[in-house]
Amino acid sequence: MTPSLMLFYVLGGLLVIASLMVVFLSSVVHSAMALVAALFLIAILFLTLHAPMVGVLQVLVYAGAIMVLFLFVIMLLNPAAVEPRRRFGWGFGIVASLLLAGALVAVMTNGEAPLDPVAATELFGSPETLAKSLFTDFVLPFEIASVLLLVAIIGAVVLAKRES
Amino acid sequence: MVPLNYYLILGAVVFAIGVLGVIVRRDLIVVLMSIELMLNAVNLTFIAFACFLGSMAGQVAVFFVMAVAAAEAVIGLAIIISVFRHRQTLDPQEMQLLKW
Repeated sequence: MTPSLMLFYVLGGLLVIASLMVVFLSSVVHSAMALVAALFLIAILFLTLHAPMVGVLQVLVYAGAIMVLFLFVIMLLNPAAVEPRRRFGWGFGIVASLLLAGALVAVMTNGEAPLDPVAATELFGSPETLAKSLFTDFVLPFEIASVLLLVAIIGAVVLAKRES
Repeated sequence: MVPLNYYLILGAVVFAIGVLGVIVRRDLIVVLMSIELMLNAVNLTFIAFACFLGSMAGQVAVFFVMAVAAAEAVIGLAIIISVFRHRQTLDPQEMQLLKW
């Protein structure tokens, strides 16, 4: 077993465990901490896939900004610690997601997969190539994303402020 | 080198776990976190394809997914705060005013 394969198994196993902890832990704060762990593991997986810039962005945006926002809301609302169990929910949910996982794996492993990565140059995934691609081929989506973020800022302020 | 299929299977499993969280949990914040988990599973698939096909389009798509996920989290949490202020609960089963 090569070292990269072993690294993948360790990261993948930890990622599945952290994702299961997000779903199955009863405390909301514990779920949020497990989600932070899962996001960091995904960032490390990005690094192994020649995407260092996206991995850094993952840590900054997800594990930094979004999770801090989640924790702020959890502490602001302080929801009741115990949530009631749904009557039929768990069995139905587990069966449905197992079916979904089986179908997804079957569909995704069906095609002719390329065995070796084409992009093994050291520039691939660097900030330069990402920015060059972003500002030449994807200029219009980039601008639309900026408008979307502006709308999100205004919408959050309007939704969360108290009516007076 | 790890084959592409391994990354795809890992992404599919994490996505299914996120779907499980959306179905079974009765806490809106955890439901939102499960949605983030699903988005990240898709991001992993994008990055794996970008690496194995040698195209930057996958990484740029992940960049946009992150921007949309940030907007979605902000708006979703604002809605949760607003709902909690009105009804004092985070249980989605209690929010059935539109259900006939």
